[in-house]
This record gives sequence, C-alpha cells and structure tokens, in this order.
Amino acid sequence: MSASRVVRLGTGAGYSGDRIEPAVELAERAEIDYLIFECLAERTIALAQLERQRDPARGFDPFLEARMRAVLPTCRRRGIRIITNSGAANPMAAATFVRDLGVTLGLPGLRVAAVLGDDVLHLARDGALVDEDGAPFEPPSGMLSANVYLGAEPIVQALAGGADIVITGRVADSSLFLAPLMHELGWRCDDWTRLARGAMAGHLLECAGQVTGGYFADPGYKDVAGLARLGFPIGEVMDDGSIVITKLADAAGCVTTRTCTEQLLYEVHDPAAYATPDVMADITRATVAQEEENRVRVAGVEGRERPRALKVSVGYRDGFVGEGQISYAGPGAVARARLALDVVAERLRIAGVACSELRLDVVGLNALHGDALSAGHEPSEVRARVAARCAAARDAQRVGEEVESLYTNGPAGGGGATKSMREVIAVASAFVPRESVRTSVEWMES
Amino acid sequence: MRILRELAHSRTGDKGDTSNISLIAYEAADYPLLARYVTAERVRAHFADIVRGEVTRYELPRLGALNFVMRGALGGGVTRSLALDAHGKSLSSALLSMEIPEDAR
Repeated sequence: MSASRVVRLGTGAGYSGDRIEPAVELAERAEIDYLIFECLAERTIALAQLERQRDPARGFDPFLEARMRAVLPTCRRRGIRIITNSGAANPMAAATFVRDLGVTLGLPGLRVAAVLGDDVLHLARDGALVDEDGAPFEPPSGMLSANVYLGAEPIVQALAGGADIVITGRVADSSLFLAPLMHELGWRCDDWTRLARGAMAGHLLECAGQVTGGYFADPGYKDVAGLARLGFPIGEVMDDGSIVITKLADAAGCVTTRTCTEQLLYEVHDPAAYATPDVMADITRATVAQEEENRVRVAGVEGRERPRALKVSVGYRDGFVGEGQISYAGPGAVARARLALDVVAERLRIAGVACSELRLDVVGLNALHGDALSAGHEPSEVRARVAARCAAARDAQRVGEEVESLYTNGPAGGGGATKSMREVIAVASAFVPRESVRTSVEWMES
Repeated sequence: MRILRELAHSRTGDKGDTSNISLIAYEAADYPLLARYVTAERVRAHFADIVRGEVTRYELPRLGALNFVMRGALGGGVTRSLALDAHGKSLSSALLSMEIPEDAR
C-alpha cells in the first residue's frame, strides 16, 4: 500500500432530519470514495424500538428511503460506497428495504450488509451492565431498549466482504468514518495513533455542516455566506493519519481553522481522553492550520489503548410532559406573563394535578439563560411557558389546557396559545464488558 | 467593560446532563488573557442559575482554546429536561456575554 494513498470521505448527513441536497451534490461531483450518513441521536433507537414493536418491518430511520432514492443510482455509477447508521432499531429491515429499493431503481447486484449485535437488551435484563463506577446497573422500570455503541470492526468486516452499502444500528459516530480508513489503508486495530487520527477525522466530519460553516455564523463576528446552500464536508485522510477537511469548491459555507476548532472540541470533555470504542484519542497537542482557502489540516492527534468497556444507551419510559405557551406584548408584557405563570401554577394546585417537576419560563426574558444573566433586559414581546413532568398522561394534558384557558380567564391581551403533551422516552448510560458483545454481518443483494 | 464575545467564539456540546463549552480566541495573542481571566470559578459563578454540578476547565494552548465541562447543567439530561433548550445549545452565547474588565491582564 502506497504511503501517499489518500482516502476521501464525504458526509451525507449529520442527523436524521438533515438536508438531502448537500449529499446529492457530493455524490454527483465530489471525488469521494465513501458517502457516510450519521442519522442516530441519543434516544432515536428507543423510539425506533417502539415502532418496530408495532411493525416488524420498520424501526429504521424514516428518511432512509428519501436519502437512498436521492443518491443510490449516482453512488452506484461512480463507485462510491455508502455507510450509514440509519438501521436504528432494525438494521436487517433497513437493509432489506434498501435491497428492494435497488431492485426498484434498476440497480442489480447491489451488495447490502447489515451490521448486527448492538441490541443488548437481553444483557441489560440479565443484569450484566454496570454503571460509570463499575457497580451493577439497575435497569429502569419501563426499559424499552439497550444498545451498545459498537466500534469500527464489524463495518470493516462488511467492507472487506465487498459491501456497496453498510447499514448499522448503534455504532459510535466516529467509527462510521474510521472503518473505511482501516479497510482502505490496512490500519491494524491496535495502531492507536492512526486509529485516533481516523476517529478524530470522523469526529470532525460526523456533524456534516457543523464543520463547513453551519452552526457557526454570528453576523459581524463570524459571517458565513450562503447558509441556505451550505455544502457538506469532505475529509481527506492519508496513510499516516494526516487529515484535511475541505468541501466542494463551489458549495457555499466555509472551512476555516475556526470552524474546525469549534467542531474538534464539540462534545469533548477531557481532551486528553476522548473515548471511542476503537481508541482513546488525545487532542491536547492537536493543531489546526489553514493550508489554502477551505482546506484545513488537523495534525498532532495522538491515541492510546481503547477502553475495556463499551458504552450502552438504555431507553426507558419516563412519564409525560405537558406544556403550554401564550404570548404577551407591549407595555407591561413581562408583568402580565409573570402573572399568567402564577395563575397557571395556582390552577394546577387547585386542580390537584400531580407533577414531580414544574417549570415556569418567560420566553424572551429568562427561558434559556435564567434570570441572573438576563437582568436589565425589558423585551417588548414575551411568551409565558409552562412545562410539567407528570406520571399520568391526563395530568400532563391538563397543563396545556390551563394555559389555554388564560385566553378568557387570565391577564389582558394574551394571544397565540399553544399546548402539547408527549410521552418522555429518556436515555440512561451504562457500560458492558467488550467480550460480552457479539456482532455479525448479514448480507443481501439486489 | 467589554464582553468575551469581542475576544473569542464558542460552541456548546451536550452529553447526558453534562454540557461542554469551548472558548476559542480569535487571535492567538488573546489566549493568555482568556486562560488567566476565564477561570473555572468565574464560569461556575456566571452559570450559577443553571449549573448545579462542578465546572472543570481544560486548556488547549495550541488551539488557543479553553474547554469548560459543566456537570448537572442540563436539567437532568437532554432526554428528560423540561427546558425550552433541552440541549443547552444556547449556553455558548451565555458564556460570551461574560464581562471582562478593560484592565484585565
């Protein structure tokens, strides 16, 4: 394998609901070897598990069809392989769906691989999980799902088997990107320095537009042109693990040391110990440098042995949240909003609504940063917001109803009331010994 | 009095009930000032209304950046929180509103 070999990874999505056009743009015009779609948020799998219980053929990402219809023919024609965690709670069903879609689209011989083994609900029920301190993890009542963050290895296995498309459930986001690097560049799974560099390349790329100028603009300080046509990133990684982040020259957005530094530190706690299933990365000596316009080199990432335990997300039913909002404006708006909140709180007491937590916000004044940080501001429009956590759905429903009744019973001039009620699917974290997890790859072909 | 926004930019990330906020100097020359003035204690006090747990600061001089990890910052966790901004995405802007004296060194 040549030392100057470069593998080019494009990001097709940074979350389930992400824009689709930037992925199409990369599939059609970028010199990339892989197009990678990261589509699983923390609690997505628990919600997908509920869907799978209702329909065994579902439980995967609802946007998978739209994404695959948009890029599959082009990727096939250009030889771009696809990796995605859109399988959510049902990678087999997702792979079957994509295989069938391949048939529909007239793409014979498409090899689709499903990575299985992240579902560890049986281990959670058997009490085989531990908490952060290594003590036995007590499964929450109403437990719906338990999924371990798999690493890159089963994806590497799928790529080595010739997969055109690899579909996983829960896999560490960075592993989706590290896997093709290990496969193409022949990196060993104990080559900690290279693995750490590949993992951090994945970390930079996994949120798509967040490294190309999305989630960045602050007019007058950090200006970004063309956010409505933001391009998604391309990562160029060499055999020694050197990383360049770039984008299509004519796509909007920007790749600068500033966008890359923000994303490098995104969701990082101790920069000397960024844990992934594949490697422990250390970015304390990392550097970012602008090589040319929209090309940033990230160097100096180091790595050490991967953690012994793998992280598990446990989804569980956690009661209901009821919410209501109503707006006030003009002179005295804040005073009327505060009065509205007092009235609703008293109404909930009078009605005997049982809530374990009640939150009263004046949106426009203190809902995001609290009272102390907003002291001295007097907005001309505000929105009173009440949210409560209740064990019973009926009690949660009542919260929004009490806000709505302010129309005719509350302070003057309230408008635009809204109400909502939802069941809470919460997520707790646990750990499982690596050797307890069994992965496999299932194959199908169009 | 100026605010941190004049010297640095920032992004917030979330994991469970923990929020991390980066603070990145626009100009490398301003990093030492940030490192001296924006201590974990000052950040803890700034977020007294919001953060219930401890605040840890990590230094990344080669990136001209500090990283603040704030425990108990997200109302019990993103998936449970009753907050309008359950992820605490807007906390980066709150950090940039911190005042820094003109004569701070």
